[in-house]
Amino acid sequence: MPYIANTADDRRAMLEAIGCGSVGEMWARAGVSTPPPELARVPEGKSEFEVVRHLRRLAARNAGDLITFLGAGYYDHLIPAVVDELASRAEFSTAYTPYQAEASQGTLQAIYEYQTMICRLTGMPVSNASLYDGGTALFEAMMMAVRVTKRRRAVISEAVSPIFRRMIRCYSTNLDVELVEVPASGDASAQAALLEALTPETACVLVQYPNFFGAIEQWSDFTAAARDRGVLTVCSTYPIALALLKTPGEMGFDVVTGEGQSLGIPLSFGGPYLGFMAVREKLMRKMPGRVVGRAVDHAGRAGFVLTLQAREQHIRREGATSNICSNENLCALRALIYIACLGRQGLIDAARLCAANAVFTRGELLKIRGIEPVGGGAFFNEFAVSLPIDAAEAAGLLIDRGFAAGFPLGRYYPERRNQLLVAVTGRRTREEIKQFAAAMEAVLWN
Amino acid sequence: MELIFDLSRPGRRGSTLPHPEVPVADAIPETMRRSVPAELPELSELDVVRHFTRLSRLNFSVDSHFYPLGSCTMKYNPKFHEKIAALPGFADLHPLLPQLRHGGALTQGALAVIYETQSILADLTGFAECTMQPMAGAHGELTGVMLIAAWHRSRGAAERSVMLIPDAAHGTNPASAAMAGFQCREVATDADGNVDLADLAAKLDEKVAGLMLTCPNTLGLFDPNVATITRMVHEAGGLAYCDGANFNAIVGRVRPGDLGFDVMHVNLHKSFSTPHGGGGPGAGPVAVKPELVPFLPVSRVAKRADGTYSLEYDFPESIGYIAPFYGNFGVILKAYAYMLTLGREGFRRVSENAVLNANYVLAKLRDVYPPKYARPCMHECVLSAEKLAGECGVHALDIAKGLIDRGFHPPTMYFPLIVPEALMVEPTETESRETLDGFIAAMLALAEVARQDPASLHSAPVSTPVGRLDETAAARKPVLADL
Repeated sequence: MPYIANTADDRRAMLEAIGCGSVGEMWARAGVSTPPPELARVPEGKSEFEVVRHLRRLAARNAGDLITFLGAGYYDHLIPAVVDELASRAEFSTAYTPYQAEASQGTLQAIYEYQTMICRLTGMPVSNASLYDGGTALFEAMMMAVRVTKRRRAVISEAVSPIFRRMIRCYSTNLDVELVEVPASGDASAQAALLEALTPETACVLVQYPNFFGAIEQWSDFTAAARDRGVLTVCSTYPIALALLKTPGEMGFDVVTGEGQSLGIPLSFGGPYLGFMAVREKLMRKMPGRVVGRAVDHAGRAGFVLTLQAREQHIRREGATSNICSNENLCALRALIYIACLGRQGLIDAARLCAANAVFTRGELLKIRGIEPVGGGAFFNEFAVSLPIDAAEAAGLLIDRGFAAGFPLGRYYPERRNQLLVAVTGRRTREEIKQFAAAMEAVLWN
Repeated sequence: MELIFDLSRPGRRGSTLPHPEVPVADAIPETMRRSVPAELPELSELDVVRHFTRLSRLNFSVDSHFYPLGSCTMKYNPKFHEKIAALPGFADLHPLLPQLRHGGALTQGALAVIYETQSILADLTGFAECTMQPMAGAHGELTGVMLIAAWHRSRGAAERSVMLIPDAAHGTNPASAAMAGFQCREVATDADGNVDLADLAAKLDEKVAGLMLTCPNTLGLFDPNVATITRMVHEAGGLAYCDGANFNAIVGRVRPGDLGFDVMHVNLHKSFSTPHGGGGPGAGPVAVKPELVPFLPVSRVAKRADGTYSLEYDFPESIGYIAPFYGNFGVILKAYAYMLTLGREGFRRVSENAVLNANYVLAKLRDVYPPKYARPCMHECVLSAEKLAGECGVHALDIAKGLIDRGFHPPTMYFPLIVPEALMVEPTETESRETLDGFIAAMLALAEVARQDPASLHSAPVSTPVGRLDETAAARKPVLADL
């Protein structure tokens, strides 16, 4: 049988050692006496080689060669081979959560280094060890703010990813929390309207930077005004962009969360991804999730441990800051290795490459008759344009020509039916961008 | 101990990137730019490789050590799964592609993986349908109790706000129930290690929405009254949730759906052999009975009459979106490969050998580490160091640390909370008798050392890069990053 070491002789000897004459008797003594189920929908077992052949066939039925400008928060960035190689080392991947610190210093130090990287990228003093994804991270931030402020209202900009917002709505169904969504305007977050929505009952305000439409906005004055009202400010961000952009920490946010997929994690049809969270020191003991800290042993040797565990479910049970247990450790490790590989200048270069490609792509698209910009704000590697036809229709036609053209915003914003959200990473060549613009023109006008 | 930041040298470079082929016009205005570059390390690729290779060697892992961590099912993770997850047709696939017009045709392989995994999992667990969205076990619990809440709401019984949880439960159960807005009420364990039926009857009232029960339970025992318990919950108007963290004990042999449970989560990173990753990513799919199907999260993967697969959204009673997309697809893929390799007969052998291995360890260690509940176990045995603690002041913690010096990852300690000095051993089916014999010998030898030289165990481990770390001091003045 696959992956089972016991031979028939072993089993006989072991059954004898436990005083059972048969496997049936073993089950019966353990309390299981019902007949085994039929399992009609479970197939017969196959060899590794047959399974690989089957799955290769399935993989081949997925788009392998689309040239993609599809992002919406999830991007096909370049990933150095070193990331796969090191993160797939079995000493990392086949370990459990590092409960036994002495036997887990590798994982623990890596998490500590990851926390440090997140702090340095976001400009914040404290990071946890990871959450499931950007959406759950933003929800956890909201609930942390509700606990800390003892207020029950959360204001969220519609320029925050609609994918995250629908998750937050789902999780909030049974909770005593009022969610207020404030419409965006063009490619901007409508900060004045957001400020107006911050009533004395408001626990927190959730915004995105750069926002879902790709625009980079200045938030310093906003966070100061929110602070004056006792409202915690939460920013969901895009880590690669932070190589170039003013940090959320510098702009005064209390909590910074985000989707870390851009840091060396493949798209993999929706996961596993990486939620991150960084907070001000005052929120350190209110934060959800695992945290690693420095510690010293009896001989004065430095090491790392899981710490601040009194917040967590295995100790606090229903009073815990979150139910999270397993998080996304291996994805956090990938992010750490990715950043280490690119390094201080490399991450800046990678971000500049994306930004330059995006500026070029937008310029090429805006040359096409009938395509108009949406808003005029600065952007990083993603931007919205308005097409002369339904963007969903245009994107469908472009798929037939080999391009994932971007994300039609009408799917989430009915009033933006003609708008297409276009993302460009360092993977795209000048040639591909030119071909894309030509295909777009052909689809619109031929 | 060198941090990666300590290795940095100004001007050193790692990975190379393409040269921009387009003009590098900085569209980001000065006022929006970072004033100083992030303080990230400057390293050669070899620096990075050496650093992480060195760190990896500081870990115990399934591939390097026996890892009988109770309730975690640290079985072998087949190597070819990693190759499959890395195939470009899966790894490079954008999750929004099937939501574009004409995009569904370009993701048929991926949708097939999700659909077929759901189908096999539903059969193995004995339920009608599954959602693959939850991204970990606790996330599955949250999804499950949200489904229970939605069911009560749909019947106009939103006042049912209490979730019953046995005192032996994992901490995630009450934490998940609280996150879904429930109050928790504890149910006692009886003298045999089963749910105390009298206490359950006393706790069941018109406020109760349901019961969360681990099956087999966290003591590694199969509660013979499960069908009675689920019936009692139903008669009181509640639903029964099965925490499937211990599914490895019964997979292929007992289906929780047949025991009267209404909803269940399964940890793919436990029973279905996807690597745990040192703390995730996992996956916690949830299986439900027909009455809960309308409330399952969207989007859902469906199979059309023509054999193609589609994403469906039109379920007005759905609780909504638990995950950004379809769940941790890379993890689901590995579990699917595992299901196909094992097949029906293979799964029967999994539970059979998991239970045999655990009972073998129990039989050999029960005299020296007497379990609180002395009866045959399922896939794990909860031993106790209480006797040793009383006789020579050596505790479960000391035995655990002593095991590290002998090359074994320790069992789960001090859980369940209702067993003093608990040592919960889960060998899994993939371990050989020789490995178990080695572990048993080490446990017996440690008990001997405890009697002869207890002080030596108090200072274990001595073979690791660091000894016992001062966790109290670490929590009092936390240093969580080098800034």
